[in-house]
Amino acid sequence: MKKNVILAILGIVFLAFPLVIKSDYYQHLIIIALMWVVIGSSWNLLAGYTGQVSFGHAIFFGIGAYTAGILFSKLGISPWWGMLAGGISAMLIGLFVGWVCFRLRGPYFALATLAGGEIFRLIATNWESLTEGMVGILIIPSFESKLPYYYIALLLAAGCIFAIHLIMQSKWGYYFVSIRENQDAAESLGINTTLYKNVSLLVSSLFTGMAGAFYMNYMGFIDPQVVFSLHYISIMSILVGIVGGVATIMGPAVGAFVMVGVQETFRSAFFGMAPQWISEAHALVFGLLVIFVIMFLANGIVGDWGKIKRNVFRIKASS
Amino acid sequence: MKLLEVKNLTKAFGGLKAVNNVSFTVEKGEILGLIGPNGSGKTTTFNCINQFYPITSGDILFKGKSISALKTYEICKLGIGRTFQVVKPLARMTVLENVTASAFCRVASIKGAKEVASEVLQFCNLWKDKDKLAKSLPIGGRKRLEIARALATRPDLLLLDETAAGLNPSELDEAIDLIIKMRESGITILIVEHIMKVIMTISDRIHAINFGQTIAEGTPEQVANNPAVIEAYLGEEYAQG
Repeated sequence: MKKNVILAILGIVFLAFPLVIKSDYYQHLIIIALMWVVIGSSWNLLAGYTGQVSFGHAIFFGIGAYTAGILFSKLGISPWWGMLAGGISAMLIGLFVGWVCFRLRGPYFALATLAGGEIFRLIATNWESLTEGMVGILIIPSFESKLPYYYIALLLAAGCIFAIHLIMQSKWGYYFVSIRENQDAAESLGINTTLYKNVSLLVSSLFTGMAGAFYMNYMGFIDPQVVFSLHYISIMSILVGIVGGVATIMGPAVGAFVMVGVQETFRSAFFGMAPQWISEAHALVFGLLVIFVIMFLANGIVGDWGKIKRNVFRIKASS
Repeated sequence: MKLLEVKNLTKAFGGLKAVNNVSFTVEKGEILGLIGPNGSGKTTTFNCINQFYPITSGDILFKGKSISALKTYEICKLGIGRTFQVVKPLARMTVLENVTASAFCRVASIKGAKEVASEVLQFCNLWKDKDKLAKSLPIGGRKRLEIARALATRPDLLLLDETAAGLNPSELDEAIDLIIKMRESGITILIVEHIMKVIMTISDRIHAINFGQTIAEGTPEQVANNPAVIEAYLGEEYAQG
């Protein structure tokens, strides 16, 4: 009951936000955060729930973005169809990535996806006839106002969280967690572990690909260094998951807002209030944040919410 | 009726033949004990039956059909459940979730799976612990959870790998009761066990192996008095004496 009330309030706040806050800048930040909710939640489905830690989610983000961009610039197909196509082509690539990488377990799987991400970045850089290489792809955004983008991002984020919530209540969810906890035991309990690891990867790559296509539509410009970036996409997905709380439904959503907030605070040097050199330090701050989270909140903000309430709020109450 | 037939099973790890030309059959409804000293190849035999390891040569038939080319999960679907000697609980899931996950082997709906799981947990006397995390169970509970998980897949044949090892005397009696209860419910059982109290009380027949090879087969009394078995367990002098 209490949960439903909180969800309803959150829904109203998010629906009303762009109507109340007219600033393009803040709307932009929320749009980017909502996009990260989608990527973080997708990463969490594969890594948090199924236990297959990916260091290569930029593959799916980049494929989604490039599919939408190429369809529009070469064939003139509306980039909104591109969002669907981007999701599907990311899934197809996911099938291939799974076929190759799921032969490996644990850290070896993670390393294989890391290498995969770099391979796709190099392909996108060098296949100039298709991708325009380092020049990148530029399209004219469909809307001038940020409102449509905001609501599309909101719908995508809410849809993604809801879909993952449903999946985790079903047989798939039980199977994913069983595979994470012990792949050998899962196999001997009649679970086709290879199949279900791929199912998890496909759902994850679908949503990440759609987020990538959305990015193309919204920003209007992509190049391989941005959408296939190890640092800005693959690692950021992991940070969003870890900071918010791995294997929790709302964790990556919280993580997305925290990480986008931290990133922007430093990028803009505390919104112009601090000296410019601070903005150079944002990678350092990310590192410190991860160390802090691992040391004190190993389960992330959502996973350790009880601990946060006990420690932080009690101190406040007594002082 | 022959439920399981192991024919000339051989499993080699490099030059070492862990199981060498072992043959036995399990009749429907019986409890067959598999015994042998440490390292004689009992667990390897289990791992070959459910295709955890691909077999080197020989064949394994279940209900008359060869299963030696199938995957582990397919064998479970056919009706062979197993437990692990070194227990493998799904640690960060509750006991109920552990068993529900395996109940999906036969039922598609979440409601149906939960029903099967609760039934099995009551059968195995784990119902009171259903909301505990699997990692918080003591060893006796974990061993019973192994059995519960295997039972939830509705097996015709259950492979029990040292289910009684490490249990205290009262847990041991509970384990024996549980195994007898399972047999009464119509499940055929192939059991590996070191504790003689368990294996001698419950087995209909016993198959003894040493160094990967069959040394004796028969009723518990026959096997217990067999010189080759006594030699394998206690040394040559006892066998002659």
